[in-house]
Amino acid sequence: MKILVAVKRVIDYNVQIRVKEDNSGVVTENVKMSTNPPDDNAIEEAVKIKESGKATEVIAVSIGEEKAQETVRKALAVGADRGILVKTDGIIEPLAVSKLLQKIVEKEKPDLVFMGKQAIDDDCNQTGQMLSALLDWPQATFASKIEIKDGKLEVTREIDEGLETIEINVPAIVTCDLRLNEPRYASLPNIMKAKKKPIEQLNASDLGVDISSRIEQIKVEEPPKRKAGIKVSSVAELVQKLKNEAKVI
Amino acid sequence: MSVLLIAEHNNKELKPFTLNASTAASKIDTDVHGVIIGHNCDEAAKALSELPLIKKVIQVDAAHYENFVAENFAPVIVKLAANYSHIISSANTFGKNLMPRVAAALDTSQISDIIKVITTDTFLRPIYAGNAFATVKSKDAKKCVTIRPTSFEACESSGGSAPIEKVSPSEEFAKTKFIKREEVKSDRPELGTARVVVSGGRGMQSGDNFKLITSLADKLNAAIGASRAAVDAGYISNDHQVGQTGKVVVPDLYIAVGISGAIQHLAGMKESKVIVAINKDGEAPIFSVADYGLEADLFEAVPQFLDELNKLNTIQK
Repeated sequence: MKILVAVKRVIDYNVQIRVKEDNSGVVTENVKMSTNPPDDNAIEEAVKIKESGKATEVIAVSIGEEKAQETVRKALAVGADRGILVKTDGIIEPLAVSKLLQKIVEKEKPDLVFMGKQAIDDDCNQTGQMLSALLDWPQATFASKIEIKDGKLEVTREIDEGLETIEINVPAIVTCDLRLNEPRYASLPNIMKAKKKPIEQLNASDLGVDISSRIEQIKVEEPPKRKAGIKVSSVAELVQKLKNEAKVI
Repeated sequence: MSVLLIAEHNNKELKPFTLNASTAASKIDTDVHGVIIGHNCDEAAKALSELPLIKKVIQVDAAHYENFVAENFAPVIVKLAANYSHIISSANTFGKNLMPRVAAALDTSQISDIIKVITTDTFLRPIYAGNAFATVKSKDAKKCVTIRPTSFEACESSGGSAPIEKVSPSEEFAKTKFIKREEVKSDRPELGTARVVVSGGRGMQSGDNFKLITSLADKLNAAIGASRAAVDAGYISNDHQVGQTGKVVVPDLYIAVGISGAIQHLAGMKESKVIVAINKDGEAPIFSVADYGLEADLFEAVPQFLDELNKLNTIQK
C-alpha cells in the first residue's frame, strides 16, 4: 500500500500573528514557519502504518512557494520516503490545491491520501473533502483513530456530538485530528539521512489545471479588541461583581 | 436569486444550529429554501417547514441517508444547486464534512465559517484562529458558504407553514459505510448554545477533579467545556473541547478554570460576553481576555465559589 501525505507550510502555531498595516494580509516576513500541526499527525500515522508492515511507501507532498521544501524535508526526516513539491506563488485556495493534488494522485496512484483536517492559517477545513469529491473516493474526516482491516479502513471521527465510526474502501482520503497520535521528533541522524532523500519539484502551471483565484481578499483587519478587565482579590468579590455589575448570575 | 439551506437534524428534530444558519441564509436573500435529507424524517421536515424564514422545504428520504454520510448527501445537493445562487450550512462538523464535497463538485471555491454577511457575494470571516478578520468576495457564479452559528441569532422556530416537496433520492455511495455513533448524552444545556459555560484545563490535573467543574456547572445550569490540553490528557471527552479546532462558544458567561489560554483556546471563547478566569499563574494569557481574573489555586477557589453561590438567594437560569 502506498500513502500520499499532503503537508502545508504555515506560520508556527505559537506565533502571535500581526496584520499588515495596509490591510493586505498578515505579516509573514521574518516569522517562524512550521508544518501545519495536524499535518504532522498525518505524516506520523502514515509512517506508523509503514512501520507496521502495512504500507510500502510514504510520499510527502506540499504545494506552495520554494521554501515549502523545508516542510517536505521535515516529513522526510520523520520517515517519509520521498517528497514532491508543487511550486506556486501567493495565496492558493483549497479548491486549487485539491485540483493539483488530484493530478499528483493520478500520477502516483496512492491507496491512501492523508492530510490534516484544517490548516491553522486560513482555517478553511476544505481540501481533503474537495479532493475526495474530485476523485469520487470515500472521505474520513477529523480522524482520531484508524484501523486497517481486510483492506478496508475503520476510522473513528471526532464529531460535535462525540465519536462516529465509519468503514471506508480503499482508495480513500483521511483528514487527521490532532488526537490521532503523538507526532515524533526527527532525530539528528534522520535529519541527515533526509537530506539525501529525493524531492521532485514541479511547477503548478505545468500540471494543466485552473488554479486562478476565485475569492478576492478585500482586506484583512485586526479583530475588535476586548477592553481590559480587572483582577479581583477574592471569590466573594468575584461573585458580587458577577451578580451586581455584570448581572450574569 | 434563491438560497438553499442544508438543514441539520436527527431525523426527528432539527439541530439547534439550523435556526442560526437560517438567519444567516435570510441575510443573503429572503427566498430561502431548506433541504432536509434523511430517513423517516417527516417530523424534522415538518419542523423545518414551521420556520417562518423558510419559503419551501425539499425533503429527500431514503435508508442510506439515515446517518448523514457526506458521500451520500453531496450528490443530492449538487443536483438541487442548479436552482440556487447560494448554498448554506453551519460550520460545525456536519457542514464542514459536507460542504466542501458539494463545492468541489460544483467547481466553486467555498467560503468557510463566515461571521457576517456584508453583501450577497462579500463576507467577513475569521482567519488565524480569530486573530485576524478577512473580508472576502466570491467571484464564483454559485456560492457555497458555511456560517459560524454563534455569530447569527437563532430564528423563530414556529408560525411558518412552508410547502414540503419530496424529491427522489440519489444513488447510494457504496464505498463508505456508517458503523456507529457514540453520543455523549447529557441533561445539561448544549455547549454551543448554553448561556453559561464552565471550562476546565490542564490545571484540573485529573479527570476525577473535573467533578469540581461539574458541581459549578450544576449550580449555574451551565454547559461544560474543556481546553484541548484537558481533552488530550484524557480528563474529559472530545465533545467538550472549546477552541480553534473544537467548538466556538459565545455564552453570556464563560468561566475558565485552570486554563492558561493558548491562542487555540482563546479562538473558541474570546467573543463570550463576560469572561472569568481562575488560575494560579498570574501571568497566564487567559487573564488578557478576562473581564474578571482571580489569581488563586482552583482547588480552593472553586469550593469557595460554590459556597458563595449557595449564599445567593437566586441564580439566573
